[in-house]
Amino acid sequence: MKRANWQELIWVVIIVALAAFWPMMVNGYWLGIGVDMMMYIALATSWVLFSGPTHYISLASAAFFGVGGFIVGTGMSDYDASFWSMLALSALVGGVLAALIGLATLRLSGVYFVIFTLGLAEMIRNLVSWVQNNFLGSRGLYVLTDFTDTHLYWMLLATAAAVYVLGWIISRSRLGFALRIIGGDETVARHVGINTAMAKVILFTTTGIFGAIVGAIIAPRWSYIEPNQVFSPQLSFFVVIMALLGGSGRLWGPVVGVIPFLLIWNWVDANFPHQSILVLGLAFLVIVYFLPHGFVGRIEQLRAHLRSRS
Amino acid sequence: MVDILVSGLLLSGTYALVAMGLNLQYGVAKIMNLANGEVLVLGALASFWLYTTSQISPILTVIMVIPVAFIGNWLIYRFLLTPLVRRSKSQGALEVDSILATFGMSFIFIGIMVSIEGGFFFYKYLSEPIQILGSTTSLNRLVAFLIAVLIGVGLYLWLNLSRPGVAVRAVSVSSEASGLVGINVPQVSALAFALGGTITAVGGALISTFITLDASIGVVFTLKALIIVIMGGVGDIRGAIVAAIILGVVETAVATLIDPGLTLAAAYFIFVIILLFRPQGLFGRRPV
Amino acid sequence: MKPSGTILSVKNVTKRFGGLVAVSNMSFDVAQHEMVGVIGPNGSGKTTMINMISGAHKPSDGRIALRGRLISDQQPQNIARAGIGRTFQLVRLLPDLTVLENVMAGAVYGHRRRWGRDAEDFAHDVLERVGMDAMSDAPISSLTYIDQKRVELARTLAGEPEVLLLDEWLAGLNPTELETGIELIHALRDEGRTVVLVEHVMDAIRSLCDRCVVMSSGAKIAEGTPEEVLSDKEVVRAYLGDDDA
Repeated sequence: MKRANWQELIWVVIIVALAAFWPMMVNGYWLGIGVDMMMYIALATSWVLFSGPTHYISLASAAFFGVGGFIVGTGMSDYDASFWSMLALSALVGGVLAALIGLATLRLSGVYFVIFTLGLAEMIRNLVSWVQNNFLGSRGLYVLTDFTDTHLYWMLLATAAAVYVLGWIISRSRLGFALRIIGGDETVARHVGINTAMAKVILFTTTGIFGAIVGAIIAPRWSYIEPNQVFSPQLSFFVVIMALLGGSGRLWGPVVGVIPFLLIWNWVDANFPHQSILVLGLAFLVIVYFLPHGFVGRIEQLRAHLRSRS
Repeated sequence: MVDILVSGLLLSGTYALVAMGLNLQYGVAKIMNLANGEVLVLGALASFWLYTTSQISPILTVIMVIPVAFIGNWLIYRFLLTPLVRRSKSQGALEVDSILATFGMSFIFIGIMVSIEGGFFFYKYLSEPIQILGSTTSLNRLVAFLIAVLIGVGLYLWLNLSRPGVAVRAVSVSSEASGLVGINVPQVSALAFALGGTITAVGGALISTFITLDASIGVVFTLKALIIVIMGGVGDIRGAIVAAIILGVVETAVATLIDPGLTLAAAYFIFVIILLFRPQGLFGRRPV
Repeated sequence: MKPSGTILSVKNVTKRFGGLVAVSNMSFDVAQHEMVGVIGPNGSGKTTMINMISGAHKPSDGRIALRGRLISDQQPQNIARAGIGRTFQLVRLLPDLTVLENVMAGAVYGHRRRWGRDAEDFAHDVLERVGMDAMSDAPISSLTYIDQKRVELARTLAGEPEVLLLDEWLAGLNPTELETGIELIHALRDEGRTVVLVEHVMDAIRSLCDRCVVMSSGAKIAEGTPEEVLSDKEVVRAYLGDDDA
């Protein structure tokens, strides 16, 4: 992740301001797609924040997302808590969970981390179902709020913007520079005096916090919360694909990945529902073999090409 | 208690076999194959499908699976993974690429399997009860265990006594040095990858006789095999066997004493302990 | 400048890898402003010794102290911050960063922690010192081997280490490059830096080192001025084998 500049920040502010008008221009189906897009943009951008510079592939998105949704569900349904207090609690729990996972796995090579996050959502789902069935009694969790899709859209837009701004600040800080060095050569990083484990844990923690926040915001959309639904492992793969398709070298990369992928996915899912998983597989292969640096890589290649000709 | 030990041990036979397959792919060919579990489920599907449509015995299927899986995995390595090996500048870059590529393959396998059989792979084969050490289990578990042991011992002897086997072990220790002493590293890697995939598919065919699988369960097996490999130490066959026994017994204990829904959580618990205290594996030395 | 006062002390340090003893019971001191050579045949444990001082390996036994403070139980990043900087036997640069950024990596997280303009200016100064400032915006892939080595040295110097560890810094250079390299280390010596260098180039050792520690099969077999140790019978035997002694 390169150091982001002021020009980029101004562009993002303009785009966010324009995006805020989306709910006024459309309704129904397209607003729903807008909510999905904002959700994935927030998740994929926070994914890039950590995985872009470190090259660690995190498949934990679904776990944090599920934790957020489940906390909102349990809190509002069983304890009459307010949505906002549960949103804050989600962020806290997501962050703590990520920090613990990070402390256990990020001292070691990246493979351990991928493996650990691979089944994490599924494992937490099993644990949550077990606790629910044996100790809490398996009542359904209802999340009843006055929020409409428009509210959710704005909240997610604000979250996505917050992730971007945080990333922008980090990319210009010592921490951001440290992550670029770690991504290049971890041994060198340690020998120039960087506490590599700490840097990685901090960044991964932000991913956990934002994953849980997004999960919490989406919860009112479902009204009825069930572990199988909020801890869907597929979400983690979606986030990885969208982020890599856009390109993990830039903070704004995921935006150019999320939009086309979701549109194609919705079309495939509507027309060939049984083949959708094949498309997911093909998307991974396309990224590895044809777009190793995502759309961003292609755009920058093109730009460099044009510059060299002029 | 004896029940848990017996069924845990019988389960660990196939686990060890599958972990051996992954060990060959990761330890020798240096490919982190996350489609491993799907290859296993493909083996299971073959066994289920042949048994239910043409009453072919799963043991016969195992024999038929061997050449098909070997050629299939060899082709995957040769045409899909070799380009990644060539372009990678470091082991880290290859790991990221191979993880993403094998994810893609795993989804494609799932897609193909769902279109063949969307439900559970349920069939009954050798399910008569038998007694071992006073504990009741089913014949298919014992048969699967014995075949797994047979294949495992065969593989172990091949690796230690035959010329190509020693070449495979040499590449797992150092692919650079192996190249210098005249071993054809790309060819040995392809062989190891194909062999690893074959063993995994055979393991799947065996497991399907006593566990009911479905098309999307592969990731759970990938995870278990990875945990066993890490617990045993990458490339360490003896460690993998001990690790498989631990995992098999602990899972069985948790499933019978607490809740069958918590087997994955039990596997994770073991994994965390290993990561915190012995990331180099049970018998491994700290990496230099 | 004259050597004065011990800054780095290695006491009874042993390193075992499984059954193999790579370094056995090594002890030596390094005084401030001193240039100490660690020499010995291939595989005698020199690099392992350097790796233990910089924290890449932990000693199995014994202690290493910087200004009397124990460092051998510390992580590499803490040792770097305490004031020990190193280069690597096979040069290690960050290929995705420019030359200047590579050097800034040393300045930002090193002994004294600089940031922003300050770090940039300081990195330029250090690059100037090793004669590489003209290349500060170049990508790493465009550098020759000696230039890469100079950038790596600059990165280490940018951390303002109190003790500098050079692991075969002159290895792999051609004769003209070697001359430049030796000159550069001479300049470091004239600045009064404390340096521990592992080296094979005998001319360099003779002209640069105040003192030499000779290792063979993981143990210290001699210590003294370059002239003394190079005429030592046991040292000659270690290098050339029994027949020639």
